[in-house]
Amino acid sequence: MSSLTAFSPSTARRVHAWRSLETIAAWLLALIWIFPLLYAFWAAFHPSEYMVRFDLLAPLTLDNFANAWAQAPFARYYFNTFALVTGVVVGQFVVCTLAAFAFARFPLPGKNVLFMLVLIQLFIFPEVLIVENYRMVSELGLINTLTGVGLPYVASAFGIFLLRQTFKTIPQELEDAARIEGCSWLAILWKVYVPLAKPTYLAYGLVSISHHWNNFLWPLVVTNSVESRPLTVGLGIFSAPETGVNWATISAATLLSIAPLLVAFLLFQRQFVQSFLRAGIR
Amino acid sequence: MMLSAHHKLQLYGALLLLPAALLLTTFAYIPTVTTLISSLFLPGFRGAPAEFVGLENYQVLFIDPTFWKVARNNLLYALGTIPTSIALALGMALFVNARLPGRGLVRMAYFTPTILPMIAAANIWMFFYAPQIGLFNKLLGALGFSGVNWLGDPAVALGSVMAMSVWKEAGFFMIFYLAALQGMPPELKEASDLEGTSRWSFFWRVTFPLLMPTTLFVLINALINAVRVVDHLFILTKGGPNNATNLLLYYVYENSFAFFDRTTAATITVVILLTLAIIATLKFTLLDRRTHYQ
Repeated sequence: MSSLTAFSPSTARRVHAWRSLETIAAWLLALIWIFPLLYAFWAAFHPSEYMVRFDLLAPLTLDNFANAWAQAPFARYYFNTFALVTGVVVGQFVVCTLAAFAFARFPLPGKNVLFMLVLIQLFIFPEVLIVENYRMVSELGLINTLTGVGLPYVASAFGIFLLRQTFKTIPQELEDAARIEGCSWLAILWKVYVPLAKPTYLAYGLVSISHHWNNFLWPLVVTNSVESRPLTVGLGIFSAPETGVNWATISAATLLSIAPLLVAFLLFQRQFVQSFLRAGIR
Repeated sequence: MMLSAHHKLQLYGALLLLPAALLLTTFAYIPTVTTLISSLFLPGFRGAPAEFVGLENYQVLFIDPTFWKVARNNLLYALGTIPTSIALALGMALFVNARLPGRGLVRMAYFTPTILPMIAAANIWMFFYAPQIGLFNKLLGALGFSGVNWLGDPAVALGSVMAMSVWKEAGFFMIFYLAALQGMPPELKEASDLEGTSRWSFFWRVTFPLLMPTTLFVLINALINAVRVVDHLFILTKGGPNNATNLLLYYVYENSFAFFDRTTAATITVVILLTLAIIATLKFTLLDRRTHYQ
């Protein structure tokens, strides 16, 4: 509070009181904001009769998790989400890197128009075109496959945009030096551009992982069996009110499906926040 | 045949672009065009060819009261959630940008809803909203009030859905404000302290105007999300009661996959595409290339 010493004591006291009020408000808002998640934890780890009875001595239990695990094929859902997210992110890295390299360094005719065309996809997402994309995916014979869920997202305008920006900041001299050593274009991309763009890949990768781990509408439409459903869709079906599953079990199932991402977030908070910032749009 | 060095580069560039171009054509450009086309045709019965009907599908859509109800809901949803989320996000950013005990924890609490899937968030809020056993009504009951049918009363349901969206979204927007606040030169604050400017007028006359690019950026994202994100409806209300919480994209889903009326679904999709085109125009004219993209 050294900056306040210039003021009279009463002003300082008023400012101090105001600051304490702000601290209280900030903490109150934080409590409200985290409460739903804490409540989900409470419900998941206690017998269902304690759903709305807050008793510190309520017995802890893992039965809800065991029930959820037994009542729906969560292991399979985990596997599907894992495979889906890995496939999408790897595909995006490859396809977007190549396209971004072309936009950053090659003399394409009508390059700006082409780039604008790519940027359109920042607004027109696969799930907005759900009707026609469904038709397209069924014509390709990809309904009810993980490929069908992931493929529409592989050419991501956003990834191309981010990587192009990064590639453009890389000094030409590095590229020239590599060329003098006899590197081919692909070798230059692999040895010069990709390593220098690592932070962008990390940011884009984290954003993309969270997006596809959480994506629901398009996977819901394209999948129709346990073999291809990701966690979100599995959870959605499991917790639909008409299934009559008990709430504590739904709580446990919800936590099960968010756990990996939540734990990753808590461990690597800074990286997550930085990535979302860098990437801007999910 | 010999290619000049320049042509070789062009060819190489085109080849690099090819995979992305193919995928974008398959899953963005062709579907956009076929959506437009199907909105102009009526499917033929029993394998008869589709019939060109011009704008008739739009006329039919525009006299459908349900469509207007859904469009109005979506507008209310945007008007209700966006300013609230933005104001809260700004408040949160100011809170955690100041000296605050336990700042890291507070920031984490604000941001955590962002990384949950919408489906999981909706599940959790279901525990609050459920009529008999839900927490909100239990609390109201304990205080002696009668319960509210949070998701079943048409007058309240959309508000309940909006509250959840604000909770989910505010923390995401906060980080952009926080980054902008941290990027502000500290001299501004020092100078205003010397002049004895009150914090209130410092905020409105210095901070808020300087945050304008961030506000626009956040606004564009919020607008897109208001059109695009309908996952929570699948859990909370399924668009009901009596379409009171139905939103455009959910209505497309219903038309296409529940009523099997692809034509109406395509026609509504065109309306959504036009909305997104307006948002895109806003983005490129207002935002230019200034913020966050460097």
